[in-house]
Amino acid sequence: MGLQALFFYLFAFVAVASAFMVIASRNPVYSVLFLILTFFNSAGLFLLTGAEFLAMILLVVYVGAVAVLFLFVVMMLDIDFAELRSGALEYAPVGALIGLILAAELVIVVGGSTFSPEIASNISMPIPPVAQRENTAALGDVLYTHYVYFFQIAGLVLLVAMIGAIVLTLRHKPHIKRQNISQQVARTPETAVEVVKVKPGQGI
Amino acid sequence: MDAFISTYVWPGLIMVAQSLLLLVALLVFIAYVLLADRKIWAAVQLRRGPNVVGPWGLFQSFADLLKFVFKEPVIPATANKVIFLLAPLVSVTLALATWAVVPLNDGWVIANINVGILYIFAISSLEVYGIIMGGWASNSKYPFLGALRSAAQMVSYEVSIGFVIVTVLLCVGSLNLTDIVNSQRDGVGTMIGLPGSFLDWHWLALFPMFVVFFISALAETNRPPFDLPEAESELVAGFMVEYGSTPYMMFMLGEYAAICLMCALTTILFLGGWLPPVDVWFLNWVPGIVWFVLKACFVFFMFAMVKAFVPRYRYDQLMRLGWKVFLPISLAMVVIVAFVLKLTGWSA
Repeated sequence: MGLQALFFYLFAFVAVASAFMVIASRNPVYSVLFLILTFFNSAGLFLLTGAEFLAMILLVVYVGAVAVLFLFVVMMLDIDFAELRSGALEYAPVGALIGLILAAELVIVVGGSTFSPEIASNISMPIPPVAQRENTAALGDVLYTHYVYFFQIAGLVLLVAMIGAIVLTLRHKPHIKRQNISQQVARTPETAVEVVKVKPGQGI
Repeated sequence: MDAFISTYVWPGLIMVAQSLLLLVALLVFIAYVLLADRKIWAAVQLRRGPNVVGPWGLFQSFADLLKFVFKEPVIPATANKVIFLLAPLVSVTLALATWAVVPLNDGWVIANINVGILYIFAISSLEVYGIIMGGWASNSKYPFLGALRSAAQMVSYEVSIGFVIVTVLLCVGSLNLTDIVNSQRDGVGTMIGLPGSFLDWHWLALFPMFVVFFISALAETNRPPFDLPEAESELVAGFMVEYGSTPYMMFMLGEYAAICLMCALTTILFLGGWLPPVDVWFLNWVPGIVWFVLKACFVFFMFAMVKAFVPRYRYDQLMRLGWKVFLPISLAMVVIVAFVLKLTGWSA
């Protein structure tokens, strides 16, 4: 138990400190790198609670894909972030309000089961004990067996969003030479090569 | 106090000893893989390759190591020093960290975790950071272009690698690497009545996925013909232009550790890991790690041959291959394999 508590405080401290550095550091690239550190430590916290699948998916999706795109964009864009940040204090009340609402919701979710323990028995899909069902399989049960239609609908929403993004950005420019691989591969000596007999001294 | 020592100190010490052993073995292996790479490349081009240091050039990699270590590290004045030095560290640490879950034999694994394959996938998807950070921190044109190329390339090919892994997992029913190898004890060969052999391994049942995985592994590790992040004919050395001495060596080490990992992963997913090619007594008597290393070396030989005789892809061709060829093929295979397993009842 002692070791777990030690690691919990380590991960939690680094996560909170690096999350603070995300908004505090002047260089946007540093911000993204600190964000990655935050993700990493959150993954560590997931591991400590036994949610190994979620920890790995957090790394794959957020660190491996989303944060790469963040870093990509931040490195490419030449934005004066110091200027952008100059008016940040004006938004502080709004930010504080959002933070307060989030904190209240967290208290309701986490505190609810503490104040009235019978709530835990009302959960429609309680988490099975780890010894009985691995949490990867337990997640699969919930997503793909019990709530498969909701999962499909969520997938459809994402598909529509994806098609929308493609439609908005796809432009067919005329007069651009494009490579057609199947056309190139289908070429044969008959269609591509012309053999000309050249007599000496005459040229073609 | 005794309980503390028996629960934490001894297991911790054993784990450190195992990790050190694996690390040393891996580094020596990488030294010879590097040499083998250059030798094979030379043989294809009818050259001799490195042959001066030691008999047949066997100590060449160690001579290179000493050369890199004793050189003066040069950091460009306009570079971002912290990230510039952090990038090779990130690259090599991540590449070596993945080896913690790789089973070299039945039970020969430092961390036998339930989600082993996801762990490898997660960590190898982070290897792009070493390259992006190095390219950005160098504060120069070519490294930056190399970094951008590699970011797009590695993210693209991870998608198809992910789907290939999913198809294998559908056949296995577990994310544990040891389970993946053990599930290859029976397969196509035993189904038609033959004794256990190399026909049972996944490479035959999932042959298209084997090919897709092999090519995606080349792209994921920036090997030729997909070495666009460091294409020397266009970008000098890509993200590594500004690096020299030890940081450069660490990039190379990370790259080769990742390549060895991909060879090991191919062995585990498709070539039956430590299982002998035919299930007879004298082959079973050979320790499993020998088979594992032999298979990994075979995969590396194919990596090296591809490097030797395939010309570099153009960037748009690379993207086309990833998104328009491999992604549809692997996606279709996931659906087909799932249907076949469900309809025939072969799934675990």
